[in-house]
Amino acid sequence: MLRAARLVASKDLRIEARSRVATNQVLPFAFLVLVLFAFALDPDRGVLRKAAPGLFWITVLFTLVLGVQRSVSIETEDGASDALRLSGLEPAGVFLGKAGALAVQLAVLELVLGVGVAVLYDAGTPGAGVLLALAAGVAATIGLAAAGTLYGALSAGQRVRETLLPLLLLPVVAPVLIGATRSFEAALGTSGASTADGWPWVGLLTVFGLAYSAMGLLAFGPLLEDA
Amino acid sequence: MSTTPTVTSTGTRASRIMGIAALVGIGWLLMFGLVLSPEDVNQGNYARLLYIHVPSAWLAYLSFFVTAMASALYLWKRTRSAAWDRVAGASAEIGVVFTGLALITGMVWGKAVWGVYWTWDARLTSTALLFVLFLGYLAIRQLDAPPDVTAKRAAIAGLIAFVDVPIVHQSVQWWRTLHQEASVLRQDLKVEMDGLMLFSLFVGVVAFSLVYVWLMLHRTRVGAMEQALDDKGLELAIAERHAEAGLTPADPVAAGAVVDGGH
Repeated sequence: MLRAARLVASKDLRIEARSRVATNQVLPFAFLVLVLFAFALDPDRGVLRKAAPGLFWITVLFTLVLGVQRSVSIETEDGASDALRLSGLEPAGVFLGKAGALAVQLAVLELVLGVGVAVLYDAGTPGAGVLLALAAGVAATIGLAAAGTLYGALSAGQRVRETLLPLLLLPVVAPVLIGATRSFEAALGTSGASTADGWPWVGLLTVFGLAYSAMGLLAFGPLLEDA
Repeated sequence: MSTTPTVTSTGTRASRIMGIAALVGIGWLLMFGLVLSPEDVNQGNYARLLYIHVPSAWLAYLSFFVTAMASALYLWKRTRSAAWDRVAGASAEIGVVFTGLALITGMVWGKAVWGVYWTWDARLTSTALLFVLFLGYLAIRQLDAPPDVTAKRAAIAGLIAFVDVPIVHQSVQWWRTLHQEASVLRQDLKVEMDGLMLFSLFVGVVAFSLVYVWLMLHRTRVGAMEQALDDKGLELAIAERHAEAGLTPADPVAAGAVVDGGH
């Protein structure tokens, strides 16, 4: 299963590296969203700084939708889904691989966005809370990648995918938005939160990540059968 | 997949009795809610909204629970049957309607009693998210894929949405809490609720449950008929064309088609 996961993940990442869609379109889009938030909110009164953790994660969610759509379209174009089914790879492994590739891309995006938020929004850097921010980031990324891959497969091969996926995915990942935002606030010390307030949220994010990974491992077999 | 029973009407003796019972229940609710039960000391007549709000919320949760259970039964290979898919779909449709009703009556009540239509408290927020989650579920059911593919995906989505609910609830619970706790059943608070008010609320829950069962009976049967129409539609169309062309039922092909279509 792990071998299959490694194969699928490296295939997805190689395609992204060669097609440059992620670097040339998705990353600039995320940057654009950051700028748009500054237009919508008053940048001079510290609103941006206070809202930075939430805006950061909303940007991640929007970009996640694009990433999932990319990840699905790789498999639906050129009859790739048939090839994947014929390859005899274990569905659970395929799920892990696709989610893993998505998680790697999200992690890169979050690093770049983190720098962008720190610079553009003057959000500061987590001093003592750096461990908390890191743990929350990792747990949230795993949860987002697992839920995204699962819902990508659920809406795959449909003509209405572009509009269906956000409707399905965004309410489901709402707990990640809440949890990750509160943890980042705690790590940065904005709105009077202390680092200790953030750790229960990391627990919630971990539960979310585990739950969706488990559901994806179980559900991917039946979903691949008729993709 | 099971064979689809041919249904010619969505009404049966049982559903008619259930319908009458539901009507009587609603009549009782009107009488108790609007006439017999007293005004609330603090909320005045606005408290009467709760006789609809609480039963609606109850139905919302009940129907989503039924959807999840039916989805699980569909996914489990030994109990897989198109009937469970229809139950899940019917229940989700009813659930979305009553979730909407609960949200709207809650907002009207909130404006009168809390002074605002909406507050970002835990239960309101998770109910709103539940509403959107199941709109998504219904959207999956509308996909133009083969019926068994759609059914399988819908069942997975229904089950996932159900698993998501406690996580959503926990997250918004921590996020903020303002909603009145479910207070009637809590012993330690010794809530003194007028006996008649409590009874009216009870009548509401019973009446709405009857309505739910009645709607379920009809909606699942409509579902079965839709499926039967899909299955038989082509044969019937052929028979009709034959009839138009002036072929008599004695014609072996046309007669065979008509007999087939009739079952």
